[in-house]
Amino acid sequence: MEVSGIHAHPGQQGICMKTLRRLFDFHGGIKPDYRKESSTGDPITVVSASTSLVIPLHQSIGGPPRPIVCAGDRVLKGQRIGDADGNVSSAVHASTSGTVTAVEMRLMPHTSGLSALCVIIEPDGRDEWMPLQPFDFRAATPTQTRDYLRDAGVVGLGGAVFPSHLKLSPGKQGKLDTLVINGAECEPFITCDDVLMRERAEGIIKGTALMREMLAAATALIGIEDNKPEAIAAMNQALQQSGIAHIEVVVVPTRYPAGGAKQLIRVLTGIEVPHGKRSTDYGVQCFNVGTAYAIHEAIDLGKPLISRIVTVAGNVGQARNFEVPFGMSMQNLADRCNPRPDTDRLIMGGPMMGVLMPAADVPVVKATNCVLVGSPKLFPPPPPEMPCIRCGECAKVCPADLQPFELYWFSRAKIFGKAQEYNLFDCIECGCCAYVCPSHIPLVDYYRFAKSEIWAREKEKTSADEARERYEFRLLREEREKQEKAAKLAAKTAAGREKAAAAIADAEKPAETPEQAAKKALISAALERARAEKASVVPENTGNLTSAQQAEISAIEARRAEIREMAKPHLPPDD
Amino acid sequence: MIAAILVMALGAVILGAALGFAAVKFRVEGDPLVEKIDAILPQTQCGQCSYPGCKPYAQAIAKGEADINQCPPGGEEGIRKLADLLGREVKELSAEHGIEKPKSVAFIDEQVCIGCTLCIQACPVDAIVGAAKQMHTIVADQCTGCELCVPPCPVNCISMEPLAEDVESWKWKYPVFTLTPASKASA
Repeated sequence: MEVSGIHAHPGQQGICMKTLRRLFDFHGGIKPDYRKESSTGDPITVVSASTSLVIPLHQSIGGPPRPIVCAGDRVLKGQRIGDADGNVSSAVHASTSGTVTAVEMRLMPHTSGLSALCVIIEPDGRDEWMPLQPFDFRAATPTQTRDYLRDAGVVGLGGAVFPSHLKLSPGKQGKLDTLVINGAECEPFITCDDVLMRERAEGIIKGTALMREMLAAATALIGIEDNKPEAIAAMNQALQQSGIAHIEVVVVPTRYPAGGAKQLIRVLTGIEVPHGKRSTDYGVQCFNVGTAYAIHEAIDLGKPLISRIVTVAGNVGQARNFEVPFGMSMQNLADRCNPRPDTDRLIMGGPMMGVLMPAADVPVVKATNCVLVGSPKLFPPPPPEMPCIRCGECAKVCPADLQPFELYWFSRAKIFGKAQEYNLFDCIECGCCAYVCPSHIPLVDYYRFAKSEIWAREKEKTSADEARERYEFRLLREEREKQEKAAKLAAKTAAGREKAAAAIADAEKPAETPEQAAKKALISAALERARAEKASVVPENTGNLTSAQQAEISAIEARRAEIREMAKPHLPPDD
Repeated sequence: MIAAILVMALGAVILGAALGFAAVKFRVEGDPLVEKIDAILPQTQCGQCSYPGCKPYAQAIAKGEADINQCPPGGEEGIRKLADLLGREVKELSAEHGIEKPKSVAFIDEQVCIGCTLCIQACPVDAIVGAAKQMHTIVADQCTGCELCVPPCPVNCISMEPLAEDVESWKWKYPVFTLTPASKASA
């Protein structure tokens, strides 16, 4: 199927030339109630940290960063507080100036309700930046640029928080055809990308140009859903003013989940990335508009990623967008929008893909695109789950071309191998299947369960394989040591035999000289004397005893013997 | 008649030669069944099965000398997988070989350790570092939780600590629909 979209690029004299660009269609998708208007009325409010910030160290995919500050340290805004642990990781920075009061376990914005290591910063209210130094990436090698972005903590702000530096290499061919910038923002309620494009379009265009250069991409396409006319206009205007070539703003039809990376790539380029392949293998890479803006800030201004735009919507009096420093409590943010009294939960993300927060005072992190305030009225509890009637509605709407009902059967029955065969891991958990299911089956919950079980098993399998390898190596080493010992012993025995043979040979030598004989005679005479002296000495006090004394001595001896007998189990054996 | 016998005999010789050749040419190294069983076993090398390691136990199962329910760390799931592989009945874990415990790793109390190296010698996977009269410590990532280091310690400074769940290892739970009491629902 093919739809035509309007695309615009800057004309020579600033006139918008409108041409038809061929767009493609992705399978499935739904049209939920978007409810985005409520939060786009006000401009972005920049929030400064007033109460203490709880900055989790682990905010991206990959290894958790190592803390490099400790309690009592004074930190400046933008100062690194967590160093990336290896290459698949991303640094974390102080989002305001102040004093580190603790580095401790705190509740994470994660469904599990578990804690992880966080840096707690008490702001001093001065919001004092560390000295900022723009990065000249043209003078640096690609590796240096990637290391710089890793240390600037830039991660994908679309929700997956994948470290951006890992995506900024042009793949096997050394160049890309298309860089896709994702401004679709298809999930209901969320408008953080929309307002960012309206207000900071110039930065996004600059970031896009930087990325296009780094990736050696022929063109960059910025895909925006057609329900954001203000953002489209702002982006086009900024593009026109900047005069940067090879970037186009493309309007795509509004349909959930057009903002999925694979779906947007399909819509803009017609490329369907097959199972198990990367989009760079097909000359395409995709970034979120927020990420483009963060890259512009990191490279052009030297600012690390310490804040992001967050939509607060749902059961509130006035839904708005804020620029929030990481570590601020979600409760604090929600309170600025007059939450209604029946509020009973906070959801991080939108109503389709969002996750329930374990408490209201969890911090805003890099993955927080939206704080959705919920109430029983706004999100009524789901009706009871009914048996699957195999209607196939879920397969019709699945944007990943999967068969959700099959995945459901296998996940439910815990037949994980089969679920993987049906490409469970291609599921993007968009929730379309559960949205249309007439039996109200929480399908995504089953997929999440199956995925985490499979991951856990794979981890177990890897560690078992490692243990086997180490065990086998140990056996090998013990065997080798045994052989070495045996060889050493054999060598020693051989040496001993040689020595004995030498001794025998010595004995067979001619008899001793007269001098040696004289010495020997002297020694034996002295020994004889000593023996005679020892024999002649008799203890004086035991001679000439009376019979009474003799009796006393024998009584004492008897008592001694008795005591020795009693003490025997407790004493070390007499030598 | 003789011709027919000769033809049959010739056929037998040719086929026999072909089979003999194939047996040599496509010989399977090792016992694939042992490998498959070994892949299911948890590789803790704890010896609770009464064999000196996972591989010997796998060999014993393959030979039919050992039963499939002697591996406590593998637990119920391990038994089920072995039963699937070998086409046998699923059994309860044999009590004499131990009980299924949550995965734990050894922990050395460094205040108490005297540096005797006995635990290092006992560890089947080389997960303890240290030297004579130097403090020892466990490499937790590589510890299989076999408990073999616990009995040799002369000062009882090794304890088994169950692995706590963290954000990384947390798993989504099986979806369960919560039932509400009828009285509450009608109220």
